[in-house]
Amino acid sequence: MASFRAHSVLPGFNLALGFTLLYLSLIVLVPLSALFFKTATLGWVGFYEVATGDRVLAALKVTFLTSLAAAVINAIFGLLVAWVLVRYRFPGKRIVDALVDLPFALPTAVAGITLATLYAPHGWIGQYFAAHDIKVAYTPLGIVVALTFIGLPFVVRTVQPVLEDVEAGVEEAAASLGAGRWDVFRRVIFPAIYPALLTGFSLAFARAIGEYGSVIFIAGNMPYISEIAPLLIVAKLEQYDYAGATAIAVIMLLISFVLLLGINALQWWTSQRGAR
Amino acid sequence: MTKPNTRIATHESKTVTLLFIGVALSYLLLFLGLPLFAVFYGALSKGWELYWTALQEPDAWSAIKLTFIAAGIAVPCNLVFGIAASWAIAKFEFKGKSLLITLIDLPFAVSPVVSGLVYVLLFGAQGWFGPWLQAHDVKLIFAVPGIVLATIFVTFPFIARELIPLMQSQGKEEEEAAVSLGASGWQTFSRVTLPNIKWGLLYGVILCNARAMGEFGAVSVVSGHIRGMTNTMPLHVEILYNEYNFVAAFAVASLLALLAVVTLMLKSLVEWQAKKSGEPLHHGA
Amino acid sequence: MSITIENINKNFGAYQALDNINLEVNSGELIALLGPSGCGKTSLLRIIGGLELADSGKLLFHGEDVEARDARERNVGFVFQHYALFRHMTVFENVAFGLRVKPKKERHNEAEIQRRVHELLNLVQLDWLADRYPSQLSGGQRQRIALARALAVEPKILLLDEPFGALDAQVRKELRRWLRRLHDELHITSIFVTHDQEEALEVADRVVVMNKGKIEQVGTPDEVYASPATPFVYQFIGNVNLFHSREHAPWTQQQGDAVAFVRPHDIDISVTPQDDTALPVQVKLVRAIGSIVRVEVSADGSSEFIEIELSRERFESAPLTAGDRVFIRPRQFRVFETGDQHELSAA
Repeated sequence: MASFRAHSVLPGFNLALGFTLLYLSLIVLVPLSALFFKTATLGWVGFYEVATGDRVLAALKVTFLTSLAAAVINAIFGLLVAWVLVRYRFPGKRIVDALVDLPFALPTAVAGITLATLYAPHGWIGQYFAAHDIKVAYTPLGIVVALTFIGLPFVVRTVQPVLEDVEAGVEEAAASLGAGRWDVFRRVIFPAIYPALLTGFSLAFARAIGEYGSVIFIAGNMPYISEIAPLLIVAKLEQYDYAGATAIAVIMLLISFVLLLGINALQWWTSQRGAR
Repeated sequence: MTKPNTRIATHESKTVTLLFIGVALSYLLLFLGLPLFAVFYGALSKGWELYWTALQEPDAWSAIKLTFIAAGIAVPCNLVFGIAASWAIAKFEFKGKSLLITLIDLPFAVSPVVSGLVYVLLFGAQGWFGPWLQAHDVKLIFAVPGIVLATIFVTFPFIARELIPLMQSQGKEEEEAAVSLGASGWQTFSRVTLPNIKWGLLYGVILCNARAMGEFGAVSVVSGHIRGMTNTMPLHVEILYNEYNFVAAFAVASLLALLAVVTLMLKSLVEWQAKKSGEPLHHGA
Repeated sequence: MSITIENINKNFGAYQALDNINLEVNSGELIALLGPSGCGKTSLLRIIGGLELADSGKLLFHGEDVEARDARERNVGFVFQHYALFRHMTVFENVAFGLRVKPKKERHNEAEIQRRVHELLNLVQLDWLADRYPSQLSGGQRQRIALARALAVEPKILLLDEPFGALDAQVRKELRRWLRRLHDELHITSIFVTHDQEEALEVADRVVVMNKGKIEQVGTPDEVYASPATPFVYQFIGNVNLFHSREHAPWTQQQGDAVAFVRPHDIDISVTPQDDTALPVQVKLVRAIGSIVRVEVSADGSSEFIEIELSRERFESAPLTAGDRVFIRPRQFRVFETGDQHELSAA
C-alpha cells in the first residue's frame, strides 16, 4: 500500500484519484503549461518587450483601474444589499435574493449587448447622462458599469452568511454598555464581517480582471483608452501574433495567481477568526 | 412593510431602515432588474412576428443546437469528474490534498480568453499538435471539438467544488457502516452516498450548465465564428449585434436570458429542498 | 465466536496508537475496552471490525486468520459512535439495508425481509418508529436502531464504539441495563469501547484497561477495581490517595522511592492514634453525598488534601466537623516503585 495515504475500507480510491489527476492534467494542467512554453520561445528580452509595450501597458492599466473601481462600488453597495437582505423584511425579499445571482446565470454576451444598449447616448439610462454631457458607453466608464454588473453577487454572497452569524447577543451587549447604533456597527459588526467583505472584494476584482464578454460591447475598444487586456489578446491572435498574445496571457495569469493566493489566505484568515 | 420592532437595541430607526432598503433595491433594480427587462423588451420591440422569424432563421437554429451539444458533453464530463474528485478528496486521507483542491479551482482564476487561447496553442495550426492534426486531417480548433474543450475548461470546477465541501461535512461513517453491513463498493456509493449528495449534485449541474451554455470569451477564441457551423448562441448574438440586427440579437439573447431565469428558479428550488431535507448546501460565492 | 489478538501494532505517522496488543476474547463474552481518549481503544475496535488495518500482528476469529478478509466478509456488526444511520432512509430501510445488499443468491425475499426487520425492531422495542427518519428520533432511539441495524446481518461478533457516549446521563443508565439484558439473551461475542469506568464495570463481563496504546490490565470488573495491576489502573478506576515514601515511609514499607495508593474508603479515622504509623491531620471539609460522606483532611504543614469516604452510618456514629484534629491510617494499600509513578504522572 502506498504510504502517502491512510488506509480506508471504502473502495475506489485509486480509480477516483487516478481519473481525477488524469482529467485535471489533460483539461487544465497540460494546456496551461503550453502557455508558459510558448512564452519561453520569446525569451526574456522578447517577453519584456511585449509586456512593456505602450499598448499593452495601457490595456493593463485600463483593465486594472476599471476592475478596481467596479470592485469598490460592489464592496460598498454589496455590503448594503447584504445588510438589507439579512436584517430587514420586505415583500418580495426572496425574489430579490434570488435575483442577486443573475450575473452568474446570465451569459456575459447578453449582459454586454444589453448594458451597451441601455447606456448608449440614446439608451434608457444613457440619455440622462448625455443630457449632462457625460458619455458612459464606449468609454472606460462603460467598462466600469459592465464590471460592476458581473461582480455584483460576489460581495453580497460572501458577506451575507457572515452577517447572519453575528450574534444578536453581542450587539445587545454593546448597546447595553451604552454604544449607539453607529458605534455598534463600527466597533462590533464591521470587524466581524471585514474579512468576508475583503474576500468578496477580491473575488469581484479577480473576476473583473479576466472579464471579456460583457465588456467588449460597451467599451468601444479604443486602443490606449478603452481597450482591456483580454481584448488585446484576441486582437493579437487575430493578427496571428501568438507569442505576443501568450505573453499578455501569462501576465494576466500571474496576476490571477497572486489574487487567488491572496483570496485563499483571506479565507483561511476568516475561518481562523470564526473558529475562535 | 417591516415588522414592528421589539428589539430596539439592535435595530435602526424606521427612517434609516426605509432609506437602506430603498437604496439597496434601487441599486439592484438599476443593475439587475432593468437589464433583464431590457433584453425581453429589445427582443419584442418590433412585435412577436419579427421575434419568431429571428428565432426560426437556420443560423440561429444551428447555434442553438451547437450550444446544447457543447453543454450536453461538457456537463456530463465534469459531472463524472466532480464525483470522482470529491469521492477521493472527501472520503480518503492522502498527501497533497489541499494542493489538489487549489488546482481544481484554477480554471476560475483564468480569464475566459486565456482559457480559449491555451487550446489554440495546443491544437491550432501553429500549436504543438497542429502539424500532426493537420497531417491526419483532424480539425479541433475553429471546429466543434475545440468549442467543447473550451466549454469543459471554463466549467471544470463547478460540480467538484459543490460536492467536495458537502461530502467532507458528511464524513465517511455512513459509508463505513454500509461496508460493515456487507454492501459492495457500488452499492455503498449508489445507495448511501449518492442519495446524500443529490441536492448538491443537482445544484452543481444547474450552475455548470448555465455557464456552459452562456460561455462567450473562451468559445469565441476557439470558434472561428463560422456562421451556421461553429457559432454557439452567445457568439451568434455577437454577430447579429455587430451587424446592427438588434431585434434578432435580442431575440436570441432572450432565450439565454430565459435560461438564466430558469437557472435562478431551479437554483432557489434546490436550495430550498436541500434545506428542507436537512442537508444544507455548502457553497460560497 | 472467540477472538484472538496477537502482537498487534498500529502507528499513525509518528504516533503509536497500538503497541504490541495481545488479547483473548471468549465466545459469548461481553468485553469493555476502557481507557482515556487517545489510548488506542477505538483503533483496536476498528481493526477487529476490519475498518482499519494493523501494521503487524495477527487477528483470529475462532482460530481462523481474518486479516485478509475485508470488513464486508468478516460478519461483524459495528455500531458507530455517532450511530452513522443512513439519513435519507427510514428506520425500516436502515435496518433492512444489510439484508437488501446481500448477493442475489443469499438474499431473502421481500416478505422474509419484512418479517426479520420487524422482529428486530420489536427486539429493540421501536417497531412503532419504522416509518420515521433518523432525524426524527431521540439519541437513545437512534442508538437502538443502530444496534438493530448491526444485528440484522446476524453477526457473529458485535462491536460498539462508545455506544452511550452521546447520550444524557439518565438515558445512558437505562440503555446500559438494556444492552446487558440483550447480550444475555443473544449471547453474541461483544466488545464495546468506553471512557466511562462506571459503564465498563457495570456492563462488561471483563474489562480491558488501556493506556497509551498498551493494555494495562485485563480482568473482571471486580478484579480491576479491587486489585489494580498498575498505578494507571488505580488512578483511572475509582478515586485514590497517593502517599510518597519520602513523607510516609512506614506506609510504603520501602527503602527507595515509592508511592502508596490508598482508596478513600480504605482509610480509618480516629480521634486517638491507631498505632505509631498513624498520621495526625486536620479536617478541612465534610460533605455528605448521598449514601456516603466525603471528608477532606490535610496533614500539618502540607497543602495537599487527602480524600476519605465514610459510610453515613460510620460518620453518624462519630461525627466530624471542619477544624477537628484526628488521626488517619490506611486499612489497605498498594505500593508501586516510583519508576512506575513517572509513567503515571505523565498520563
